[in-house]
Amino acid sequence: MILNDLISIKEKELAGRKKIILRCCMAAGCMSSDSKGVKEQLDKAVANAGLQNEVEVRGVGCMKLCCEGPLVAVDPQDSLYIKVTAENAPLIIGALQGGKTNIPQADPKSAFFAKQFSIVLANSGIIDPERIESYIAMDGYQALHEVLHEMPPKEVVEAMVKSGLRGRGGAGFPTGLKWGTVAKSPGAKKYVVCNADEGDPGAFMDRSVLESDPHSVLEGMAIAAYAVGADQGFIYVRAEYPLAISRLQIAIKQAKQNGLLGAGIFESPFNFNIDLRIGAGAFVCGEETALMSSVEGKRGTPRPRPPFPAESGLFGCPTLLNNVETFANVPAIYRKGAEWFAGIGTEKSKGTKVFALAGKIKNTGLIEVPMGTPLRTIVEEMGGGAPDGGTIKAVQTGGPSGGCIPSQHLDTPVDYESLGKLGSIMGSGGMIVMDQTTNMVEIARFFMEFCMDESCGKCIPCRAGTVQMHHILDKIVNRKATARDLAKLEELCDMVRNTSLCGLGQTAPNPTMSTLRFFRNEYEALLQPDPFGPHANGAAKQPEPATK
Amino acid sequence: MAAKTLTIDGKQISAEEGATVLQAATEAGIKIPTLCHLEGVYDIGACRLCIVEITGIPKLLPACTTKVSEGMDVKTDSERLRKYRRMILELLFAERNHVCAVCVSNGHCELQTLAYSQGMEHVRYDYTFPKWNMDITHRLFGMDHNRCVLCNRCVRVCWHIEGAGTKNVSGRGAKSKIITDLNMPWGDSDSCTECGKCVMSCPTGALFNKGSTVGEMERDRNKLEFIVTAREKKQWIAADL
Amino acid sequence: MKIRLATVWLGGCAGCHMSFLDLDEFLIDLADAVDLVYSPVVDVKDYPENVDLCLIEGAVCNEDNLEILHKIRARTKVLVSFGDCAVTGNVPAMRNPFGIDNVENVLQRAYIENAQNNPSVPKADGIVPQLLENVRPVHEMVSVEYFLPGCPPPAARIKSLVAQLLAGSVPKQEGEQLKFG
Repeated sequence: MILNDLISIKEKELAGRKKIILRCCMAAGCMSSDSKGVKEQLDKAVANAGLQNEVEVRGVGCMKLCCEGPLVAVDPQDSLYIKVTAENAPLIIGALQGGKTNIPQADPKSAFFAKQFSIVLANSGIIDPERIESYIAMDGYQALHEVLHEMPPKEVVEAMVKSGLRGRGGAGFPTGLKWGTVAKSPGAKKYVVCNADEGDPGAFMDRSVLESDPHSVLEGMAIAAYAVGADQGFIYVRAEYPLAISRLQIAIKQAKQNGLLGAGIFESPFNFNIDLRIGAGAFVCGEETALMSSVEGKRGTPRPRPPFPAESGLFGCPTLLNNVETFANVPAIYRKGAEWFAGIGTEKSKGTKVFALAGKIKNTGLIEVPMGTPLRTIVEEMGGGAPDGGTIKAVQTGGPSGGCIPSQHLDTPVDYESLGKLGSIMGSGGMIVMDQTTNMVEIARFFMEFCMDESCGKCIPCRAGTVQMHHILDKIVNRKATARDLAKLEELCDMVRNTSLCGLGQTAPNPTMSTLRFFRNEYEALLQPDPFGPHANGAAKQPEPATK
Repeated sequence: MAAKTLTIDGKQISAEEGATVLQAATEAGIKIPTLCHLEGVYDIGACRLCIVEITGIPKLLPACTTKVSEGMDVKTDSERLRKYRRMILELLFAERNHVCAVCVSNGHCELQTLAYSQGMEHVRYDYTFPKWNMDITHRLFGMDHNRCVLCNRCVRVCWHIEGAGTKNVSGRGAKSKIITDLNMPWGDSDSCTECGKCVMSCPTGALFNKGSTVGEMERDRNKLEFIVTAREKKQWIAADL
Repeated sequence: MKIRLATVWLGGCAGCHMSFLDLDEFLIDLADAVDLVYSPVVDVKDYPENVDLCLIEGAVCNEDNLEILHKIRARTKVLVSFGDCAVTGNVPAMRNPFGIDNVENVLQRAYIENAQNNPSVPKADGIVPQLLENVRPVHEMVSVEYFLPGCPPPAARIKSLVAQLLAGSVPKQEGEQLKFG
């Protein structure tokens, strides 16, 4: 494969394009509502109408408005049918020929779509994720070619630093700095690992990226591998994402067949292979050291850092570990330039962020917005606010490691620093909206139960501390706790946060601490009197007789 | 190897490059409480009892896995550290069924000793009283999961000193459990060499020689040290003999 | 006026009280300093008012234990959990892991399966107290000022704590004085 081959694939793909394209969502959300049946019926209806030469029915990735699925978009008419059933298929084809249909449609110009800014999701819902040609037609793999032929690895790292991209897995570590550290770490063998073990409740950004545009992740990993000097990559993806796994398998196979992975990529001396590793369902394997342990075939438990993976990671070799969304940003950064990317977002948080909007909100689905977009824009304008006339009480970000941001702080811009100041975190992008009916103590208990179940059991503070914190939260919810219990809970939060081995334990108290910070009254309202507590009934520290 | 100089609890000491803070402190006669640490096997930093404060580092780090560096200023004892250590011990006691009065290791137990040396006179958290069973299917040894603190010592000695790989951990969180082979009765294990190193390594009464009664289990750690010293230093003496 | 001292025996083996009696000649000093107003060794039926110091042996096992414990807390200035059963639940609490229906299982085992004659669970409302669902240490039911671990606590350990309390100081206990078992 040389550049001309790539361009000819693109030109052939564009030349073969039919007049009308029906894009039918084939991501997991819509498929669970039978979008596969919809696509089959659309294909049949096209054949029945004899329109095979004019109409293409294309299975695409996520079209973002998940709550209204299955979704079918029509190009170039720019209509977006929602809640489509297999029976609707002939009507949609009929409408192409001037027929009438009353299938509900979403407005592609509504705030939900208009306020989006797509980098990571640029191809999502447009291309067929199971055909590499579809990705190449969108200039796919051109960035890899340019990097391999025109930039020494050092410049690739420098460009990444200049772009200002920060890790999208949650902590926001500067990606360029990480790449630079791995590049500089001595070692003949290095690895690039993609963390696709997305596990936060309510989060589905990475899954959607993998299902909708797997090649962007492969291309991003290849560029990263070239920059740091690695020749082997792993994608660690959870077994609960079978569709993502199958699309990745197809993508890797097609990339290899086309010489875009393997030996001598683009006729350069650069070799790079990617293998999948399927997680067995432990949340903690999203923690980088646990993930690497699992890739090595061991029990997925974290280990103390330092040493950091950049220095000693997979099999003791320097390892670059980034998240799906981070890698998916990479091709665009090299295709359009680091300056272009750095021009998007805020001073310290560049680019865009993908969020999975869920909970008590009208429009649930995927959104991608520039960093610094106020929360209010996301939940009220794009999300359409709480359904059924409710009011938004809080927005939860960062999943079990994050916090609840109360409605009075909705004007907070979404960036790493602002969310941190409110006791929450950016996290990987789960955003759960809560309305006035939500009991915040129950929310805290839910997340604590999650962390308790998902603690790996290696370190004591996380293993036993989450059990005790959950027990106290349960007592509070069931109106069996006293002020003494609440004090114990707060003490445990502090201790587990400061002494746990890995991020899971260190952040497990966050939802509790943040709800205590903003909704303390809800906790206190549930506390019971303590008739046998300290200082009750004249209890004293000294047994002095009443009269001497 | 270059030496590093550092300060531990205000005391100027020197340590070999690559040494851990725990090794440096021990050499200087400063005692840091430990539980999962065992001389002779690699450290995993799991029990968090040896956490120390290091000037300039916001996080508390375990002394057993943190390497010394030049000019490091370490504090091994503070009100905060004492409080956290006591809480960790309380959590352990509330987690399983530790009944010292009827335990084979009463009087020789590291958990019991840690509790009183850290000033733990009662447990403030509600006891969970979980149901755990015992495995007494082995000819020589028994395992009482009620007393297990999941320090992983038995797993590490089994894999890295004996090389048998019989012991392992299954499950996760509070449901984690030390297992034999693929979670089979110990007596049915093909891989167990009956070397007894796991029993020697156990800090509590979880692993015991069959037939021992209350307070009878004294561990012979010298045997482990002897093997490790012989292997690593080619000296056929136990380190502290 | 002397300090009004009480000792009570909840769910335990009375070993802590035996150890208390092992105080030997200190008992004579103690008699000078305190009025023993309630104890298994004193024939007083009701727990009195205005008690200054109470040593509680045993875990909270049945309704009777819990009732008197509430009375004790209401009428006593300083409570000491006396011995491992009071401090940790110890041996009496070993029935807890058998689930919330452990009471039935324990009674079944003791009075039916192991009975040689007349297998039946004793039941006499108002006379035989009902077992609680779970055995709990004293401080999980009422707040406790001081803890005296040990099974039983050796006499020297009891003496050290009591003497400090009688001297009006906040007692210092450390090291092996806090050893369980």
